[in-house]
Amino acid sequence: MTINGKHTLVALVADRPGVLNRVASLFRRRGFNIDSIAVGHTEQKEISRMTIVVNGNAAMVEQARKQLDKIIDVIKISDITDESMIERELALIKVKTTPETRGEVIQIVDIFRANIVDVAPESLIVEATGDEDKINSLFKLLQSFGIKEMARTGRVAMTRGTPSA
Amino acid sequence: MNLTGAQIVCESLVKEGVEVIFGFPGGVVLPFYDTLPHYPQLRHVLVRHEQGAAHAADGYARATGRVGVCLATSGPGATNLVTGIANAQLDSSPMVAITGQVARPFIGKDAFQEIDITGITLPITKHNYVVLSAAELARVFKEAFYIASTGRLGTVLIDIPRDVFTEEAEFHYPAKVTLPGYKTVLRGHPAQIRKAVQLMDKAHRPVIISGRGVTISGAYDELKELAEKAQIPVATTLLGISSFPENHMLSLGMLGMHGMACANMAIDKADLIIAVGMRFDDRATASVSGFAPNASVIHIDIDPAEIGKNVRVDVPIVGDVKNVVRELNKQVTSRTHVDWIRQLDIWRQEHPSTDIRGGEELLPQYVIRSICEVTNSNAIIVTGVGQHQMWAAQHFCYKKPNSLISSGGLGTMGFELPAALGAKIGCPEETVWCIAGDGGFQMTIQELATVVQERAAVKIAIMNNGYLGMVRQWQELFYGRRYVATPLSGPDFLKIAEAYGVSAMRVKTRGEVAPAIQKAMEHDGPFLIDFMIEPEENVYPMVPPGATLADIIEAPRKETVASGISPTVSNL
Repeated sequence: MTINGKHTLVALVADRPGVLNRVASLFRRRGFNIDSIAVGHTEQKEISRMTIVVNGNAAMVEQARKQLDKIIDVIKISDITDESMIERELALIKVKTTPETRGEVIQIVDIFRANIVDVAPESLIVEATGDEDKINSLFKLLQSFGIKEMARTGRVAMTRGTPSA
Repeated sequence: MNLTGAQIVCESLVKEGVEVIFGFPGGVVLPFYDTLPHYPQLRHVLVRHEQGAAHAADGYARATGRVGVCLATSGPGATNLVTGIANAQLDSSPMVAITGQVARPFIGKDAFQEIDITGITLPITKHNYVVLSAAELARVFKEAFYIASTGRLGTVLIDIPRDVFTEEAEFHYPAKVTLPGYKTVLRGHPAQIRKAVQLMDKAHRPVIISGRGVTISGAYDELKELAEKAQIPVATTLLGISSFPENHMLSLGMLGMHGMACANMAIDKADLIIAVGMRFDDRATASVSGFAPNASVIHIDIDPAEIGKNVRVDVPIVGDVKNVVRELNKQVTSRTHVDWIRQLDIWRQEHPSTDIRGGEELLPQYVIRSICEVTNSNAIIVTGVGQHQMWAAQHFCYKKPNSLISSGGLGTMGFELPAALGAKIGCPEETVWCIAGDGGFQMTIQELATVVQERAAVKIAIMNNGYLGMVRQWQELFYGRRYVATPLSGPDFLKIAEAYGVSAMRVKTRGEVAPAIQKAMEHDGPFLIDFMIEPEENVYPMVPPGATLADIIEAPRKETVASGISPTVSNL
């Protein structure tokens, strides 16, 4: 579903050096707004999968999709925004803690079914997976404690049922 | 059989049917040049600047329909190709550019004459390759030529490190290409074609806009049949000129910023636009928001990304133009549009965009018209960019298919001379006229040496007005006649021609024009004419920036009576 004019494109690309560069520079020179790109291997050797979140209206995203399709190394590209899909991202959040606040932080982490993967005297690292809304909510709640660092992977998505590829 | 990389490159080029390579040597391509003489089927044309190599390959490709090949060394050789590669890509010209690269251990270390040419050409090539082992070369060449010459034509760059030229590998030229990410739709969807036919059968004021896609596809007969069967007038883009004979009763001529008034008016009033192999470039449409306000649009193009990019389309048809138009011809109803055609004729008479005023001045329009008459339209016209380009587009009557070669998308000054050279080498039996501006000509003037060395009998007409003409015109019309950096001095072109070994003459009056052109035609070899044209002549009609195709500025009506009427704006 379109959240805030964001569209999710899934591209299967040849696993060749420079493919990410080709895709990214296409977006830059044609002025399309990328929110995030996540890329990794697939179940097929020599094929990588990119999940690209683009900000824009339908006409602009359609043009982006068509231009991406022209890239020789892009094998298939689909806009799965309006399809029934699973979308997830991973976030690592290093939260400031004091002996007094640590407990509350742990409670929040439990409520979100996230994990604590590192504990240090003055901070801990939370690992959370979920859709964008969940990560955003967790981030907002943890902000009041002070966030030292955050790393988000960007969206990975897949349509339900039959494969989107 | 084990061959060196250099041999594999040559074998591959021969397998692809390449006959000419335009190139310039350098350090890292020495192994290639050392191997080349063993392949006499490959003619090498030595240019004087790599930009000339790229433009020559481009002109060759456009004239012959074959893939043009240019070659340069690493570093500055490669970067000198960039303008020519971009120029070819933007006009969908099939080209394979081969660049040498420093040896593999040196890549990425800022070595001598090392440049990341694949990174630089990413946005201006259809695809590009760095070949990191000789074993890949054959496959890469097979793919490169396939990509350049199919679907929407374009440029492919192949970057080859020096030690790959010398490395040995087993040579086997692949029979097929495996490119899962590259599919071209050649046949239009039958349902879309039916929809298009329905619109065409109902339309009262239809117009066909024909572009370079018709020429590339070779769909001249199909287009003519469609126009005649359904009696639909045909306008062309700049690059679509000569896709439809201009002496045909249904020809409207060129549309757009400097198009014919009647073509622009027809589109403005049309209720159906059939766009064939054109991409609604801003020079053709003028203001997009005001383009063809009352028309439905059928868009036929081989590139799906062009459909809906600039203009809202009612019936998109992705496919090769020839196939699609042939299908349309089978289904479309034979029609007449008597009232519409009559209206267009009235507009044509009331707005004669190609009248040349009388008088003594040597008018560039007159020169172009004379070339047309002396050659009887039997020539390939190659232009540079600027006012002279527009006059060449407007005042030559193009009757033969594929008889105009011009830089449209990138608009590259200096294209004219090397492209004319390439066209002549590709089509030695054709008369090739290079129409140059004095500004652009100076940008690639060194290729006169190549013309002479290759004995290419190119006829050159310099429209010499001592200005960067088109920029000066804009300064006159929109910048209060403040001619900044546009008065452009040049050499005595006759002395330059003589120094290079090209016969030449100067023309200053109308009376001298036809005899000079005749002399050039009869001369056995290249010939240059320096036409000293009226310095502050403007290109009309003109649709100013921001305006729509309805807002045409036409030439002031200076009849034989000098009346000093200022340009009229017809707002229809």
